[in-house]
Amino acid sequence: MYNRVGVIGNINSIMALKAVGVEVFNATNADQARELIKKLSGQSFAVLFIEETLAEQIPEVLQKAKTKPYPAIVPIPSAKGATGFGMQGIKNDVEKAIGTDILFNKEETTNGR
Amino acid sequence: MARLNVNPTRMELKRLKGRLKTATRGYQLLKDKTDEMVRRFIIIARKNKQLRQEVESQLVGALQNFALAKSLTDSVKVEEAFLMPSQSVQLQCKKAVIMNVPVPDITISQQKNAGLPYSFLSMTADMDSVVFAMNQLLEKMIELATVEKTCNMLADEIEKNKRRVNALENIMIPQMQETIKYISMKLDEDERASTVRLMKVKSIIQKERN
Repeated sequence: MYNRVGVIGNINSIMALKAVGVEVFNATNADQARELIKKLSGQSFAVLFIEETLAEQIPEVLQKAKTKPYPAIVPIPSAKGATGFGMQGIKNDVEKAIGTDILFNKEETTNGR
Repeated sequence: MARLNVNPTRMELKRLKGRLKTATRGYQLLKDKTDEMVRRFIIIARKNKQLRQEVESQLVGALQNFALAKSLTDSVKVEEAFLMPSQSVQLQCKKAVIMNVPVPDITISQQKNAGLPYSFLSMTADMDSVVFAMNQLLEKMIELATVEKTCNMLADEIEKNKRRVNALENIMIPQMQETIKYISMKLDEDERASTVRLMKVKSIIQKERN
């Protein structure tokens, strides 16, 4: 049963999440993150948050994880601010499904609706 | 368009006609399925975008506040305070189904909320507000995870479905139509040939009698 939630990133910045019951795993480079995802995928994690800066470096791992329902690997921004990687993911999905990116262009023009 | 490599027989013709009927119906159904999936996908993608914007801005804010609060305290003390979390999160995962695509449905089933993991004495009030903000944010983050995963999986499925529709529309159906045409023409030709042959034989016999 999948019932745990974890976060992968620089321990200094994500420690705050530990206080609310999320399991925290320290990774400072792509290799560590890759290893961690590999290890944690076999466990009962439903959601794995990963810092965007790390996620950017391991696109192949994220791509592979997309085919399975669990765990859901979600990029989150670090304290330095959002890099736009997460948004890019949504954009890619829309482009994949519809062919063009209607969502982001449309929202800008019909914002008042 | 290349026709299929089959023998031009009546049986093959019948079989192909049946297949063509199935393929046309399947094509129609798959096309409808894609349309509906895209409609739902757009709704979910829009929600995904909005949620992500909210979570990103709030999370960055919270993390920055955390960094600030941390800088005001001894780092060893901070580590000590967060070493043993006082609450744990239990998720409940179900599988929802959207247009026959199994998607995750994650909710927080129990969140033992015991407040702060440290005593009021050891940390500043800034840290308290960070922890409370995180608490509120967590639910949204989990929701984001669900929506994002759903979005991913739907996009995958739509792509697959589109490929199927294209294969049916541009390859399977034209191929079968071509083959059916070929077989029926061949059969007609055979029929004409046998009629002519009979007429010829008949005339030869007639000539011999005379």
